[in-house]
Amino acid sequence: MERHITLPLTEELARSLHAGDTVYLTGTIYTSRDAGHKRMCETLARGEELPFDPADATIYYVGPTPAKPGQVIGSAGPTTSGRMDAYAPTMMSVGARGMIGKGARLPEVVEAMKKYSGVYFGAIGGAGALLAKCIKSAELIAYEDLGAEALRKLYVEDMPLVVIIDCEGRNLYEEGRKNYLKV
Amino acid sequence: MRELHVSLITETIEQLCIEACNHLPEDIKCGIRTCRACEDGEIAKGVLDNIIANFEIADEENVPICQDTGMACVFLEIGQDVHLVGGDLTEAVNEGVRRGYDKGFLRKSVVKDPVRRGNTGDNTPAMLYTEIVPGEKVTITVGPKGFGSENMSAIRMFKPSAGLQGIKDFILEVVEEAGPNPCPPIVVGIGIGGTFDKAALLSKKALMRSIESSHSDPFYADLEREMLEKINQLGIGPQGFGGRTTALGVNIETLPTHIAGMPCAVNISCHVTRHKTEVL
Repeated sequence: MERHITLPLTEELARSLHAGDTVYLTGTIYTSRDAGHKRMCETLARGEELPFDPADATIYYVGPTPAKPGQVIGSAGPTTSGRMDAYAPTMMSVGARGMIGKGARLPEVVEAMKKYSGVYFGAIGGAGALLAKCIKSAELIAYEDLGAEALRKLYVEDMPLVVIIDCEGRNLYEEGRKNYLKV
Repeated sequence: MRELHVSLITETIEQLCIEACNHLPEDIKCGIRTCRACEDGEIAKGVLDNIIANFEIADEENVPICQDTGMACVFLEIGQDVHLVGGDLTEAVNEGVRRGYDKGFLRKSVVKDPVRRGNTGDNTPAMLYTEIVPGEKVTITVGPKGFGSENMSAIRMFKPSAGLQGIKDFILEVVEEAGPNPCPPIVVGIGIGGTFDKAALLSKKALMRSIESSHSDPFYADLEREMLEKINQLGIGPQGFGGRTTALGVNIETLPTHIAGMPCAVNISCHVTRHKTEVL
């Protein structure tokens, strides 16, 4: 099914999305990858507040290239999500239920998605030049010292995504292969 | 004896870094277009249409195809009749990488220590391989290597009794385990023989070869074709969403090895398999 959706990712909206849906996403998202997630989880462990409101938020696992003069952002495709598996359940526990990345997730992440109504969206890995076109604004909000890994607030329009894992735990990686597996 | 100033190597590497990151080689483009034509699923077709649109944007606007502009793998084949003058060769190579990643607005993805981390800020050092060859030319290849796929690579030291079947099973096992993570459709570089280190190097060199080329020995050329077919029967498909194309190409490189061993390295590369060569 093809859907045009607008953030925030409320529980109701999350529950209406299913593995295999093609989604064009519009709204505000936040960027973070390895080092940023580590820092955010340490912040939460100390009982402090995150640099953004995590309620119904969506996080894009990306470390863009530097913007050329005149560009909003450089090439900005997804990084491998599995490296954020150690942090994703904590992020969902404070409300950040949307994740955009690529690649497989651990069972504990899927369990947390079922518990907190999380959604795992896939962006096309390696399509950084194309995905940058959907990003209409980018603002650095924290962790500037991390360079490409700094925390950014992005506004995206019609970002092309596919729901890989839905909040019932259905997984496109498992279902999509079945029709083509020959060995 | 031909004299060559190392500043020429710096300038060439600067250009090659930028060109390799912004422009996909023709063999890969052709491979992606061919696999688009043989997919029948809506999701797979949509993914490949976007992948094609992406490299076309990168070409037109001269921007990086992928945000992971990689570690700069640099291969230098230095003619034995060349005398390099004007400075330290390794520093000249690193300076080329430094300038290329700065001027090309490429991402700096290198940390200075594997455990304690900390970005070097300029994408150096390059992963440099030098080889002395006959003649008076210097051939420079730059292959920026992303780590989404590098992380899914593997090496195994087989007993010779494992035979060809052991190698075939291992290659499929590595691709299966990699699944959607290395951004399929992938290119698979395989190094068989040599020592532990040489097998790994061969697998990286295999990725620098066109996917339209074959191993010179028909035995291994057949193995390349057979493994490509078997990998594409795994059904992983573009981005792992299911489909007929999991790999665009399988390239094998081989070396003699020890009577007691049969090393096999599998280096996985994404659909943005980049490399650019210049001869000085």
